[in-house]
Amino acid sequence: MKRGFPNHPYIPNSVPEVEKEMLDFLGMKSLDDLHKNVPDALMFKGEMNIPEAFGSEYEMRRYVEELLDRDGDGKKYLNFLGAGCWQHYVPAICDEVNSRGEFLTAYGGEPYNELGRFQTQFEYQSLVAELVGMDVVNVPAIDWAQASATTCAMAQRKTGRKQIILPEILDPQKRSIIENFGRATTEFVTVACTEDGQIDLEDLKKKVGKDTAGVYFENPNYLGVIETRGEEISRIAHEAGAESLVGVDPITLGVMAPPPEYGADIVCGELQPLGIHMNYGGGLAGFMATRDEEDYVNEYPSRLFGIAPTTHPGEYGFGDVAYDRTSFGNLRDGAKEYVGTQAALWGLTAGVYLATMGPAGMEEVGQTCMQNARYAVQKLNGIKGIKANSLGGQYFKEFVVDFNATGKTVAEIQKILLSEGIFGGKDISGEFPRLGQSALYCVTEIHTQRDIDRLVNVLARVLA
Amino acid sequence: MKRIDRSSKVRTHFHQAKWDEPIIFELSTPGERGVSVPKAGQAVAAAVGDGVSDLPAALRRKERPALPEISQNRLLRHYLRLSQMTLGADVNIEIGQGTCTMKYSPKVNEQLAKKLWEMHPLQDEDTAQGILQIFYETDQYMREISGLDKFTFQPGGGSQAIFLMASLVRAYFESRGEDRNEVITTLYSHPSDAAAPAVTGYKIVYLQPDPETGLPDPEAFKAVCTDKTAAFMVANPEDTGLYNGQIGELVKHAHSVGALCCYDQANGNAVLGVARAKEAGFDMCHFNLHKTFSSPHGCSGPACGATGVVEKLIPFLPVPSVEYDGKKYYLDYGFADTKYGVTKVREFMGVAPVVLKAYCWIRMLGPNGLWQATKTAVLNNNYLFKRMMSIPGISAYYEDGNNQRVEQCRYTMEQVTKDTGVTSGDVQRRMMDFGMHFWTSHHPYYLPEPITLEPTESPSRKDIDEYADTVAHIIKECYEDPETVKTAPHRSTIHQVDERWMDDPEGWAITWKIYNRKYND
Repeated sequence: MKRGFPNHPYIPNSVPEVEKEMLDFLGMKSLDDLHKNVPDALMFKGEMNIPEAFGSEYEMRRYVEELLDRDGDGKKYLNFLGAGCWQHYVPAICDEVNSRGEFLTAYGGEPYNELGRFQTQFEYQSLVAELVGMDVVNVPAIDWAQASATTCAMAQRKTGRKQIILPEILDPQKRSIIENFGRATTEFVTVACTEDGQIDLEDLKKKVGKDTAGVYFENPNYLGVIETRGEEISRIAHEAGAESLVGVDPITLGVMAPPPEYGADIVCGELQPLGIHMNYGGGLAGFMATRDEEDYVNEYPSRLFGIAPTTHPGEYGFGDVAYDRTSFGNLRDGAKEYVGTQAALWGLTAGVYLATMGPAGMEEVGQTCMQNARYAVQKLNGIKGIKANSLGGQYFKEFVVDFNATGKTVAEIQKILLSEGIFGGKDISGEFPRLGQSALYCVTEIHTQRDIDRLVNVLARVLA
Repeated sequence: MKRIDRSSKVRTHFHQAKWDEPIIFELSTPGERGVSVPKAGQAVAAAVGDGVSDLPAALRRKERPALPEISQNRLLRHYLRLSQMTLGADVNIEIGQGTCTMKYSPKVNEQLAKKLWEMHPLQDEDTAQGILQIFYETDQYMREISGLDKFTFQPGGGSQAIFLMASLVRAYFESRGEDRNEVITTLYSHPSDAAAPAVTGYKIVYLQPDPETGLPDPEAFKAVCTDKTAAFMVANPEDTGLYNGQIGELVKHAHSVGALCCYDQANGNAVLGVARAKEAGFDMCHFNLHKTFSSPHGCSGPACGATGVVEKLIPFLPVPSVEYDGKKYYLDYGFADTKYGVTKVREFMGVAPVVLKAYCWIRMLGPNGLWQATKTAVLNNNYLFKRMMSIPGISAYYEDGNNQRVEQCRYTMEQVTKDTGVTSGDVQRRMMDFGMHFWTSHHPYYLPEPITLEPTESPSRKDIDEYADTVAHIIKECYEDPETVKTAPHRSTIHQVDERWMDDPEGWAITWKIYNRKYND
């Protein structure tokens, strides 16, 4: 059996002469001598059925490019999909910074050899803190779903209570992640939503009690609905001694009030809209934010980078705040949850985005999203059989489109749109059966009037 | 002129970039803009007004967020200066981050990953056949590498993969109506092998290493295996770099009491093509595609903990999987046990660009290259081991001359500390004066004054020699000039951080606004 790959470009010491000299240095005859503690019974003696290596970088590139060139994306198609991953404009500087090899290939060094990693994370924490109106923000979690799962767990630990109330309207995959994560410690209860998609306050009052650790809601929620009674929800939670837990899409916060203004104790959300490409879902990263109070800070499982002086005047230094909270510290399974590699590069990127946009840019992008979404709703409602923003509440960039009166299923409409080069909104007929044939559409600042008109014209034509 | 003297084996004149760069808020000048933002078209505005007036007054933001206002070129300069003060693996001889497998991340893979930028995870399968094929084939390759029967790429990191494994264990026993509440792990497995199962509700039982061999004592293992044992969760090699040749017997014994065995293969670079999870009898395993399979670490993510299982556990894997019907790749939900299955640990399909980069790497190596990568990584480590062990004061525990390390090793410099008072933390900082770095160990330190090194297959012999020469140079300094080492770094970006406030709620400053609030004098 042929073994080994001499002179591989990624493996300098695969040069046979060097390899032999190193083996000689070790008093070994061959590479087989290197795994002498692996007993014969555990040795793999077969062959891995993996294709032989490409002969050149060019051939591999060409092969993979040809594979991926077949795929569509939000540039080749006009995209109205959102539902947890949204197409916004990514300023070039975001990609320029996060593709720098120094950042891209850094990992777990110290503030001495990786000062830039520490400072960019500290800056990201600080920038998001300004946006969401909180004091403390974590080094990113895996995604919003994990951030919300941890948000619930933080409330559960802080209050010592076992019940978390989740809204009826919630991304089903997020609900699954939250419930799987919290099962050992937490009882999850669902609060109903009213016809307009907001939390049913009467039902909430019935559900909260002395066991309630927190009430989690989102603004806007999964179906795009802006929760206008956040202050009331927080008050109900607080009166029961529970925490108000609010999930947000941070790109709304240039125009929308930050959640602490309506009583949020822990805020969480998704960073992907802030300068991170969708990456087929790979661009997600979650954040949590709280006030700078010890009993909140001590519940974070994540790393938190703090600023500190050095032995030399005038130098900014950084380090881990309250490191022993984390499973990297001395407590291991006694730590708060677990920490590990998550999504730091996207945190850095979100920081670049917020600094690039500035206060004016965040306001403008929020306004453009709201205007474009409203224009789309208005025009779609001009088509017979379509009811856009069918839940009727306020919305930011996403809204439900009801196709029930068109006589066509969402799946059929999606297929037609696809053939016209359009990704229609997400089919939610399976997730929310009571809405029948409905889809969740997303319109952002990337959509021009012409884009929206194109969608509307196609729908008007095929539904006529 | 005289020939310039470059005979020093270490970078005596190194100095890291030091820009005295302000915090980004300090760069703000009112009115400056980093980017111009698309505005709604005139007809749009005419039709709908300003949009934001639709928000109830209480939900309108009253004051703009206090973000900095900085022109684009000044922003770029700020971040590039910060990048220069970051010694990623592209810049560094990155041998020092043991357990992290800091191998070279090929640039062609980064360029190819850009093709995924604008893909939406919910777009029609017909428009995503290329990336779905890559998911499907990477699953096939991981099956070959591990011998297991199916992989998911949903976990967004190694720790989340361990959490998934613990969740799979719980799902499996729930489906069988068995009440088991303990997970056994070893002291030298990753802390998440204890911390993540604890989140799923398991009580953690630690196996201590045998003082002679460094490996768990099989008799002690048998003593803690009971009908309450749900799983044995273990790395092999462990963080000591020792491969446990008895792993097959331990797994067999765990199975005999009805437990499942979960293989943390974060250290998988030691055994590609050499030893597999299957032959050792494991029920599941995970590989870190951002370590063993070359995707870059990105300051700590995005990442992927590819998790594989044996046939009987497939129904409990998260959904969806990618299947192929001979003509078309498609997302499959049908395999899942809807009552007990884990359903989801991360949104959508996982981190597609990381899967793509791992795929590209595998395709550039092929089966022989994977084997070569492991063999060279182990060769490099043994070469480094011999060089390190020849440095007076450096040693390794569990070293009887027969206990060969595979891809990494945790050394100790306790003798140096006894002799000079200089700690491994001091030497760590001094390494940075030579453009290098090492990692000590997870906490708490089970081995005194630790240094954990893992060369991977990426450095050349000259790189390894330079690294070992630098360690030797500094250890010599410990004896001759301990103050220089204790007060290091001297030629790094900053000097020693005064960490007094890091555990003090009154003093810590996790954001710029808190810093300004607490230190407003």
